[in-house]
Amino acid sequence: MAAYIVRRVLISIGVLLVASFLLYLMVGLSGDPLAALKARPGITQATIDATARSLGLDQPILVRYWTWFTGVLSGDWGTSVALGQARAEVLPSVGNALWVTIRLVVIAELLALLIGGAVGAIAALRQYSITDYVATTLAFVLFAMPVFCIGIILKVYGIELNLLLIDLGLDRWLTTAGPPAGGFTGSPGEVFFKFTGAYVLPTIALAAISFAAYSRFQRASMLETMRSDYVRTARAKGLTERQVVLRHALRNALLPVTTYFAYNFGAVFGGAIVTEQVFGWNGMGSLLVRSIQQYDPNMLMGWLIVTATIVILFNLLADITYSYLDPRIRLG
Amino acid sequence: MAETTESTQTAPTHPGKVPAPSPGTDGGDVGGEFLSQGQLVRRRFLRHRAAMTALTVLVLYVLFVYIAPFFLGYSLTDLDAGSYEDPSPAHVFGTDQVGADVFSLVMRGSQYSLQIGVLTTVIATVIGVLMGTFAGYLRRGTDAAVSRVTDLFLVVPLQAAAAVLIAGVGGSWWLVGLVLGFFLWTPIARVTRAEALALAQREFIEAARASGATTWRIVTKHLVPNMIGTIVVNATLTLALAVLTEAALSFIGLGVQIPDTSLGLVLNQNYTQLATRPWLFWAPFVAIVLISLTINFIGDGLRDAFDPRQTRR
Repeated sequence: MAAYIVRRVLISIGVLLVASFLLYLMVGLSGDPLAALKARPGITQATIDATARSLGLDQPILVRYWTWFTGVLSGDWGTSVALGQARAEVLPSVGNALWVTIRLVVIAELLALLIGGAVGAIAALRQYSITDYVATTLAFVLFAMPVFCIGIILKVYGIELNLLLIDLGLDRWLTTAGPPAGGFTGSPGEVFFKFTGAYVLPTIALAAISFAAYSRFQRASMLETMRSDYVRTARAKGLTERQVVLRHALRNALLPVTTYFAYNFGAVFGGAIVTEQVFGWNGMGSLLVRSIQQYDPNMLMGWLIVTATIVILFNLLADITYSYLDPRIRLG
Repeated sequence: MAETTESTQTAPTHPGKVPAPSPGTDGGDVGGEFLSQGQLVRRRFLRHRAAMTALTVLVLYVLFVYIAPFFLGYSLTDLDAGSYEDPSPAHVFGTDQVGADVFSLVMRGSQYSLQIGVLTTVIATVIGVLMGTFAGYLRRGTDAAVSRVTDLFLVVPLQAAAAVLIAGVGGSWWLVGLVLGFFLWTPIARVTRAEALALAQREFIEAARASGATTWRIVTKHLVPNMIGTIVVNATLTLALAVLTEAALSFIGLGVQIPDTSLGLVLNQNYTQLATRPWLFWAPFVAIVLISLTINFIGDGLRDAFDPRQTRR
């Protein structure tokens, strides 16, 4: 097992190296970070040259990649080259963005897993019942919606809810600008009010999409388990239906969903790109889009290192969990 | 269907089921009749009510979006109407900011979204199936190499590739389809690899190898035909995924660019009007949901039809 993990980690480092090189070239070659500066009226060539030199942009791209690479090895993640935030340190920026994203996605994903798992299992136990049809239809419709549309619809009708609250003489509840930089302040009641106001809409938007996937997955897995021989055996030896379902079927049926959850969970740290965009959260997704649009390779590399490490770690974790929970799977 | 499976289907596949009398003596007994795999699948699919309804709706919609614009009597370059006109008999969904007819935009957006979807699906399926089957059949070095490439696509964001191409070549619909195709093949590779791994252990593959078939022949004539169900189902799902991913890309400005169009772009240009002119949002939104919903239902029906454990005939 230890040898397996070491081999996987070494391979992952290789993959990460290749990915960083490709991505650096892609973004570095796709546009000029100084374009906005050059477009300013009355800017002299000397200023442009000086800015380019100070940001290291006068160097060829391969040299810049090498500078970045050796920098990272010594713990220096470099600085942004984008105009508005030039020389912003990459490491703290990525750290902040990651913290925002973690707070947003963890609640949503756990919620989606719990609800999706329960709904999927119930739908499977009552196959072709009204419950099953409603759950299936809901999952299908959510699957068919572009991700950002759920967010936009929630946002617009959330604003109407706020207007309604104001009409009733209450404060506006829902906010769509992410959590405040200094944290929530006020009495515990106010903090709770503001906290839920900021979180409820993006959480629903994110959870809805994952819910669709988890419930379908759980339903299929549960259906298969209920048809298996050991469930028939459990019934044959006279267990109550409750024991059969909870102790024998459900525990086995949870296996594929848990693994899928681990894979999915890793990917989710890359940022809920569109949901963050819709609700104005400055998380990893917004960082990714911004650094692509501003042709900011160093910042993008910071995103890549963090995201890729988490994705790779969670995939490894999923494989190990799976082999631990299902003794038929052997890693090696 | 697969020649290999069809030829073996003459043996009883359902133990316990009484075989039908030899053909010709009694043609009326449908219950015990033996069907080839292909016939079974086709029959199960035709009897899948949700999938058949979805297929009918989708076919009608596709015909509609390609034919209807000819009867509208004006083109998209015809911008005589005012900015943001309310819906009227002349402009069913009103007009957008520059005065273009939103109904025509949705029609044309649907055409391009469908084209992007088909292009993506073709590319993703071809790459995914080849990668997956070769990895699963040859194992060792090939498998390791394919899995490294898959890992790479797992961590490199699609958005970056889209940005590079849009900056370099522009955002035409086929370019977006190309990018999506080169990124959405990994799920197909994963499922075909798993299936190829299992199939490679079977006797008929061993027999083919023993009789001197080349790897290419085994892959194309024996492995791929035997996993056609998996391939068709996953290709269908890729089609829906492509339409939705394109919309998400367009939303962050990295999808199809003007003068080309797509449903994602139409949605992106009009979603800010949801509160004041809801139809501008709902028209392209419903078009996207209609397309991806029907495709998903068709995929579900295909999955049921190809499922060998299905007892329904």
